[in-house]
Amino acid sequence: MSQTLSNSTSSSPVSALSGPEASGLPVVPEWRRALNKFLGHRGLFIGSVILGFIVLAAIFAPWLAPHDPYVQNISQRMIPPIWHEKGTWEHILGTDKLGRDYLSRLLYGARISLTIGLTAALISGVIGTTLGVLAGYFGGRTDAVISYIITTRLALPVLLVALAMAALVGGSLEMVIILLGLLLWDRFAVVARSTTQQLRDAEFIASAKVLGASTSYILIRELLPNILSALIVVITLEMAHAILLEATLSFLGLGVQPPLPSWGLMVSEGKAYMFFQPWVIAIPGITLMILVLAINLVGDGLRDMNAPEGRN
Amino acid sequence: MPQYALELCDLSRHFQLKNGVFSAPTTLKAVDGVSLRIPPGETLGLVGESGCGKSTLAKMILGLLSPTDGSVLVNDQVISNGNRFALAKQLQPIFQDPYSSLNPRKTIRQIISLPLQLHKVGDKRSQQASVKQMSDLVGLPERLLDQYPGQLSGGQRQRVAIARALILKPSILVCDEPTSALDVSVQAQILNLLMDLKQELGLTYLFISHNLGVVEHLVDRVAVMYRGKLVEQGTREDIFRNAQHPYTQALLSSVLTPEPSLGLPELLDDSAWANAS
Repeated sequence: MSQTLSNSTSSSPVSALSGPEASGLPVVPEWRRALNKFLGHRGLFIGSVILGFIVLAAIFAPWLAPHDPYVQNISQRMIPPIWHEKGTWEHILGTDKLGRDYLSRLLYGARISLTIGLTAALISGVIGTTLGVLAGYFGGRTDAVISYIITTRLALPVLLVALAMAALVGGSLEMVIILLGLLLWDRFAVVARSTTQQLRDAEFIASAKVLGASTSYILIRELLPNILSALIVVITLEMAHAILLEATLSFLGLGVQPPLPSWGLMVSEGKAYMFFQPWVIAIPGITLMILVLAINLVGDGLRDMNAPEGRN
Repeated sequence: MPQYALELCDLSRHFQLKNGVFSAPTTLKAVDGVSLRIPPGETLGLVGESGCGKSTLAKMILGLLSPTDGSVLVNDQVISNGNRFALAKQLQPIFQDPYSSLNPRKTIRQIISLPLQLHKVGDKRSQQASVKQMSDLVGLPERLLDQYPGQLSGGQRQRVAIARALILKPSILVCDEPTSALDVSVQAQILNLLMDLKQELGLTYLFISHNLGVVEHLVDRVAVMYRGKLVEQGTREDIFRNAQHPYTQALLSSVLTPEPSLGLPELLDDSAWANAS
């Protein structure tokens, strides 16, 4: 035994130097490998391109929109979109029943959908992650209490609660954001809790404890970066969820109030005309579908990117 | 100079096991009244089978578990929750699994300098200098410092773990099976590194292992644990040449020999040491 031990001493510096360079293969930089992976994933690529377009359209809406989305013009009511025989270049996607330009309202509506999706997902992300991490890390009684809260939340039908609250407080953009933020945290909590439980007993956490790191340091700096990739996937899912719920609430008249150009509200306002001018609800409806599809593609893609090599 | 680097007085840790709603909980004595003294500069090997309480003992020494009874003294100071932060500078662990002991989202440089940041030792520049110095000391090439743990081999990762443990200049290292997750040739490199560091820095080791070959190669004294109790301790020669306790004899006779023609070792009768403990 002692003979083998002393023999292998000499090989120590050699093995310490053997790395990627030693193999003679060209070294692929980290960003290039990540880019290849991104371009190679078709769903993620398509989703990001569509999402990118919608985000740009929302940001630059005031410059892109051909008309003011709020200006009414009774003489220009219900002009059909350009592919229709009566369409005009003045209003590419036509006008609604009050003569407002549909394309402009659609562009400004993207701002509302994205704002609601992002802020509601972030609010629920903070609530759910905090609860989930605390439950997973401390376990025991803390876990029992928080798990009970999660179960209670899961037992509530989101749409019913949202409808009841909206009816009580009255619909507005801020109200919808706060309401959805306070309702959609359950998936964050469940994912954060289970991923934290997996890492709680990891030796790098023990090592930070022995070094005297505070619990908040361990949770925020050591643990959180390791569960973030799972949470980012949940953020995309909940964003899509929040956007759809906002459209539902607005369609039912309890969400964003007119004259704000929410896509759900546009569908709602057009529903009286849908048998004769179907484009009035088809345009915002399809846009909504494409946005949610793009967000879900990005979420799926991010999950695949984070999965270990060779697993789908 | 303290009299003992590490002293355990009658240390116990019991776990209550719940069997069901109606039956009374049973007590598992994971560690039961262990007393141990390690003078400065000594390497003590703690051996025993899986589940005998070695790792529970290590966790109590590191303060990751609080003892049910008894106390731990580091450099003649009693450890309590209040002085845990200060004790990190005297006592550091090296864990078993180098794949789980390094945060996968931090670079090697961040991992090694973390103790310095937490304990606010020096400024940024001096911290970087000591990271570089420490990585030289443990044989870690400088180009690896900006890599992530996933890009390193098991042996390199364990070198990182050693560098992190040593950067606060502690006098005692608690090594809980530091090589059992590594393959044999790398094990030897890490063990030799640990021995070189001991020479160079005058460290005291508590070396926990179930690998008797490793223990015989490294340690000055051996303590044998069985079912949560210390059954025998003595110098390396005493234990390996002239074991008194039947469990120690059985443990030594169970070591596999490198010679395949000798076959598997014959185990002693179980009842011999079970009654003795």
